[in-house]
Amino acid sequence: MGLNFDFIVKYLPWYVDAAILTVRVAFLGILFSLVVGIICSAVQYYHIPVIRTIVSVYIEISRNTPLLVQLFFLYFGLPKIGILLSAETCAVVGLTFLGGSYMSESIRSGLESVEKSQIESAASLGMGKVLTMKEVIFPQALAVSVPGICANVIFLIKETSVVSGIALADLMYVANDLIGLYYETDETLIMLVLFYLIILLPISAFASFIERRLRYAGFGN
Amino acid sequence: MRDSGINVLFLGKNFLRLLEGLGVTLRISLIAVLLSLPLGILLGMFMTLKNPVSKAISRIYLEFIRIMPQLVLLFIAYFGVTRMFGWNLSADVSAVIVFTLWGTAEMGDLVRGALISIPRHQYDSAAALGMTKVQTFIHVVVPQTMRRLIPLTINLTTRMIKTTSLVVLIGMTEVLKVGKQIIDANRFEYPTAALWIYGVIFLLYFLACWPISMLAKKLEKRWR
Amino acid sequence: MEERIQLKVKGLVKRFGSETVLDGIDLDVHKGEVVVVLGPSGCGKSTLLRCMNGLESLSEGNIFLDGEEVSSSGKKITMLRQKIGMVFQSYDLFPHKNIMDNITLAPVKVQKRPKKDVESQAEKLLKRVGLWEKRKSYPRELSGGQKQRVAIIRALCMNPEVMLFDEVTAALDPEMVREVLDVMLELADGGMTMVIVTHEMQFARAIADRVIFLDGGNIVEDLPPEEFFTAPKTQRAKDFLQTFAYEKRRTDTN
Repeated sequence: MGLNFDFIVKYLPWYVDAAILTVRVAFLGILFSLVVGIICSAVQYYHIPVIRTIVSVYIEISRNTPLLVQLFFLYFGLPKIGILLSAETCAVVGLTFLGGSYMSESIRSGLESVEKSQIESAASLGMGKVLTMKEVIFPQALAVSVPGICANVIFLIKETSVVSGIALADLMYVANDLIGLYYETDETLIMLVLFYLIILLPISAFASFIERRLRYAGFGN
Repeated sequence: MRDSGINVLFLGKNFLRLLEGLGVTLRISLIAVLLSLPLGILLGMFMTLKNPVSKAISRIYLEFIRIMPQLVLLFIAYFGVTRMFGWNLSADVSAVIVFTLWGTAEMGDLVRGALISIPRHQYDSAAALGMTKVQTFIHVVVPQTMRRLIPLTINLTTRMIKTTSLVVLIGMTEVLKVGKQIIDANRFEYPTAALWIYGVIFLLYFLACWPISMLAKKLEKRWR
Repeated sequence: MEERIQLKVKGLVKRFGSETVLDGIDLDVHKGEVVVVLGPSGCGKSTLLRCMNGLESLSEGNIFLDGEEVSSSGKKITMLRQKIGMVFQSYDLFPHKNIMDNITLAPVKVQKRPKKDVESQAEKLLKRVGLWEKRKSYPRELSGGQKQRVAIIRALCMNPEVMLFDEVTAALDPEMVREVLDVMLELADGGMTMVIVTHEMQFARAIADRVIFLDGGNIVEDLPPEEFFTAPKTQRAKDFLQTFAYEKRRTDTN
């Protein structure tokens, strides 16, 4: 197939802008997901009453509904009760709502993998709760959580592709637009794939690098 | 007017239409899962072969499918394949193909993971008992992989259901589209319809996925 | 040995659900005394030690250190724990920190002592047990016996007044038991107050000033070691010692 390079060059800036939007939404969403994840996992780890139940309900809802439906509700539904959010805010909020539960589960599994005897031995050295968390539990939990967190990061970047559903001009939106306007389908799709590869491949490679390092440098007692 | 939006659901056959819309994506999920199961098992076994060529092929397939957003794959199938090969794939056929390809990759990886998780000494002790390779596979390997696989497979089903919600973006008439039609049709009588319709769709998805997740969680706990 | 009571257990009852593990324990440990706690598995000896360090809440009774109550909650317990060192069966070094950092962590962060001081103290102790070259190693690079010696030093660097040892050799390969027990013997000679739970009968006999025999959640015997091992008063203690004598007979006939 002969590719129309003029077309590619002409619309490259569209893709670049869209990629920036995709990355920006993903970055903010992932950042807030981590914050939500840390808070939720801490609530569950320390068995804080009442809030813990709320957190489990949130996690179940978040994990059992599609992001696209969450976004439709945020973007089209909420304005009807006076909550007006911009499309990009909706995308970040939606991604955080989704990602928070995934991050929470990954972090919690790390926290729970630290053996009780480690915590007791810290206690027997007179270490308080905060110090034990900082010096003993957290570093060990992190090693277990990181592969899961990396997988979540990739998952969430991929999930941003649905924000085109609420008319946010991300990569999918641009591709859809160009196909509709010009029928240069091959070029449009190749660019789409390439741009996602440019964003995702380095992160994926970095994730497997980290995972390998953690596996071989495993502490082991 | 604010509190009357919910009534739009009980207008005519609106609620039934929403359920039918959900049925569209659920049917696609079901077909894709049913196709992915056998294909994924074959792929998983294929991936455990020591042959470097088979390893490379399955690896590339797996990596590409898993790194691309499913929506991109859907676009490629729906818009690209039509152009490239002149086949005119309808939206639902493209969706079934894409979600089967994706499901096969995910399932294949799960099967591979379950197969290689069986420790070496299990094969050794089966051999020491005089079992043949086939007997070892049927009596030792399969039962152990099953316990690990079934919860994960059930989980894959919920992921499939959630992912098929994307088909609205290639123009299929499913639950979100039906919802939008209802909202548009009642724009003036029920201005708050969007809140209720999308809220109900949200709930419907939750009700479709949550029991399945619970089942997976329960089995996982019991069989661990 | 002085007459001052350093650790006092008074009417200690510990229940797990409906099961009573410790059923009214009274025990005074004097300064510089080495008390060995013996008993069949499940008799509550580990639980007793864990209660002394505030790792378990008490169902009834009190524990006092130098006349101050050890309760399992509040800020006070972390203060008191600094005076009571404990070593566990599973060593529980922190796997992500090297040997030196394992030792200095608590003295520096909890007791706010200057790192230099702690390190020079650690140096002395590590050299004494022959592990100074391992100071930069990680726990996974050490043998079980080495890890356990480090765990003891880690507890010692808090300058505790009492040391608790919970079956510290139970997870070790036989040839490593000795190196750990030697460190404990040296400690005892140095006048450390110690409470030891162990299954090493020979060692118990050698190190103990007093042997406590625990059975069914009660102290059944409280005797000097020679007396306990040669002429125990109760049938239960005799039966217990008999289980070890059986092994003895086999080695004799070989």
